[in-house]
Amino acid sequence: MKKNRLHEQMYNLGMTTFSLVVALMIGAVLFVIAGANPITAYWVMFTAPLQDIFGITEMFVRAAPLLLVALGISISFRSGILNIGGEGQILVGAIFGLFIALYAPQMHWSVMVPLIFVASFAGGALWGGIAGWMRAYLNVNEILSTVMLNYVAIQIYNFLIRGPMMDKQEIAYGTGASQTARIAREYWLTKLIPGARMHSGMIIAIIMAVIVFFFLWKTIYGYRMRAVGAEIKASRYAGINTKWYLLLAMLLAGGFAGMAGAVEILGVHHRGLESISAGYGFSGIVVALFGGLHPLGAIPASVVFGLLIVGADMMQRAVQVPAYVILAIQGLIILAIVSSNVFITKKGMRAKVINLLKKMTGRG
Amino acid sequence: MAKQIERIEFKDITKRFPGVLACDKINLQVNRGEILALLGENGAGKTTLMNVLYGLYQPDEGEILINGENICIDTPQKAGELGIGMVHQHFMLVPNLTVKENVALCMFNNSAIKLDLDLVTETIKEISASHNIKIDPDAYIWELSVGEQQRVELIKALSLGANLLILDEPTAVLTPQETDKLILLLQEMAASGCSIIFISHKLNEVKAVSHHVAVLRNGRMVYNGSTDDHTTDELATLMAGRDIALPVAKEKMVSEEIILNIQNVTALGDRGTEALDGLSLSLSKGEILGIAGVSGNGQSELAEIINGLRKVQSGKVVLDGEDITNRTPQQIIDRRIGYIPADRLHEGTVAAFSVKENMILKDYAQAPLSRATFLMDKTISNYAEGLVAKFDIKTPDIDTTCASLSGGNIQKVIVAREINRNPKVLVAVYPTRGLDMGAAEFVHSELLAARDNNEAVLLISEELEELMNLSDRIAVIYEGKILKVIPAKEAQKSELGLLMAGVQNEKE
Repeated sequence: MKKNRLHEQMYNLGMTTFSLVVALMIGAVLFVIAGANPITAYWVMFTAPLQDIFGITEMFVRAAPLLLVALGISISFRSGILNIGGEGQILVGAIFGLFIALYAPQMHWSVMVPLIFVASFAGGALWGGIAGWMRAYLNVNEILSTVMLNYVAIQIYNFLIRGPMMDKQEIAYGTGASQTARIAREYWLTKLIPGARMHSGMIIAIIMAVIVFFFLWKTIYGYRMRAVGAEIKASRYAGINTKWYLLLAMLLAGGFAGMAGAVEILGVHHRGLESISAGYGFSGIVVALFGGLHPLGAIPASVVFGLLIVGADMMQRAVQVPAYVILAIQGLIILAIVSSNVFITKKGMRAKVINLLKKMTGRG
Repeated sequence: MAKQIERIEFKDITKRFPGVLACDKINLQVNRGEILALLGENGAGKTTLMNVLYGLYQPDEGEILINGENICIDTPQKAGELGIGMVHQHFMLVPNLTVKENVALCMFNNSAIKLDLDLVTETIKEISASHNIKIDPDAYIWELSVGEQQRVELIKALSLGANLLILDEPTAVLTPQETDKLILLLQEMAASGCSIIFISHKLNEVKAVSHHVAVLRNGRMVYNGSTDDHTTDELATLMAGRDIALPVAKEKMVSEEIILNIQNVTALGDRGTEALDGLSLSLSKGEILGIAGVSGNGQSELAEIINGLRKVQSGKVVLDGEDITNRTPQQIIDRRIGYIPADRLHEGTVAAFSVKENMILKDYAQAPLSRATFLMDKTISNYAEGLVAKFDIKTPDIDTTCASLSGGNIQKVIVAREINRNPKVLVAVYPTRGLDMGAAEFVHSELLAARDNNEAVLLISEELEELMNLSDRIAVIYEGKILKVIPAKEAQKSELGLLMAGVQNEKE
């Protein structure tokens, strides 16, 4: 039986790789239309970031928030909630974190940094929790509510960094850049390599991934959440308070996205800027799916997506294609992964594919 | 219209799946106007064989001959053109369309644009007249009972010109009365020239309806001949490959001590109408109380109010002297009421969870399975291994998901979990529906063992035989009320049947 499971995993991996290749081939057509050589483009995209310290460190800078968001997404999807609200949750998390970092009485970093993370977690949890509460107790579709709450969060965030929380200096000098004051240097996340932006956020994210893994698979709370996600009727039958666990799932999902906000303000920007969420709330969903909705699987998945983002940036400069082509290719990759899931999860598909392969190789 | 099928033959049909020989050189023949019963336990290869005939699978070896001609059936559409129709166990009907619209769905219209519903209505009327199948073409599917929906499926198949009908376990969802009606209908259809293949593992029906019987076991044909040559017991032995006898309750002194008392309970159904209407019932220690009734008369609601899964509007549920009305499901689990629900795949188990995880579905929060909120993996594995061995559950290992087990083994997982909790009261709803004889035998003997262990069992079933074999008393439920409670040894099928239809015998 162990051998069978290995076969299954090889099949799953094969299907994912195959669909990725198909996506890249379609993407190649887009490059040709845009007048670029697809082979050079892909070569730059996948290898350029790995050729110097700058590329590698940048990869991890992107991977850290992606991983944190993906952890939250894994929890919520496993609990049967499709949380599309990562963006909003990151922003509200960032607001809460900024509030503590800028306005709370200044204390030693060993107190302040955890406090800022807790505040960001609470902010994200609040934002996720609204959607979770509406889903559990009012039966409001969570896809709709989370997407809509993204817009609300963006407007509140922009209002705050352009208004009440705007940098006093910007106002004084009249330059008017919409950003908050800088966070005291003492609270910044440690730089791991001198001269590069890479910070300890990735380490925090990996520790969180391990904690989430233990939480989901080794505690009774995780057991209940997975049960609610897999079969709500059987969960009720087993005496689980399904409404509370739906809410809890969204509190945690939002909380982890909020932590991604904290990582961005403390590790990268050191202040609140516009579009600080940078699409991580959406890419995090893909990272979570790519990692098989497993917290440990999300670790390599986040690094791969970090590579994709950095690589896409470099490719854009190297082969001179419009940024939109890059976005289209990222979209294609997402579609490929999601559709390869059909082949992996649908019963009977595997047998069909294996049969087809046998026929093609003439062994059938 | 398809040509009349005078004779259909299977020659050496073999079908392999990875690791399984599903059909091994099957030879079979059906003539016009004949009813063939295909018998076999779950996984014996009945459905595979029929899917080969219906064009869903291709045989690896062998051929199918229609009227002596070698035919290749590669799609269900081709099968339809040849005059082969299939009625699946789970109906393929759209609930919010009418009967005629459902029939039109599968017909190939002459015009690509215009939907000629009048023509469809004509066809339906013709067919219902010639086969004596009563149905209103304008009724919506959701308004129809299960038995009526099955008739729509039959009409659908016939309107496509089918003259060989395959029925996959057609009686699994029917009440005894509906089953009798169906058997009569099938006999009439056969008399008017249809050939019928009837898949079942219910021996009484097979005896009643078929001319010929073919018994499959592990993909092999073990008997093929006239139905009259064997008694039901002999057929059961052929099917299982061993002597099999469903256990029957032995007389036992039922204690007078009442453990569960339901007093004048009312509760709403899913559609907001009153499903339980002043129902009262009491259950003593060490007895099996059977609940007989046509489904939809409040059975599932009754099970749900006992288990805290449905709100009681008025009245009381008392367990062992304690009022447990409207307690949460968890509180009721803690008071040791066991529940084997009707929906074993979605309610009794979390299908995507492993056997191991399903075994602890109700006790995961208790020591030693978990300590200080942490699940104790080793203890849980040992616990699950123990149950798998004790209840002889056929699973590759305890990490296999429940969804990939057979129906009988999923039910064994549920029964093992519930019985092992030593419940004070065990509520079992349709516990053997869709199970083969071997698995049913297992469930029955476990229920009897629970009774002999002085536990109280509330057995809700539609199969009178099951109720009469196992119960100490039988209560008949009708429109949310208990019409009458009869000691099982005095119960008669005819009387129960009338009560189930709501007819009270006035002379007593």
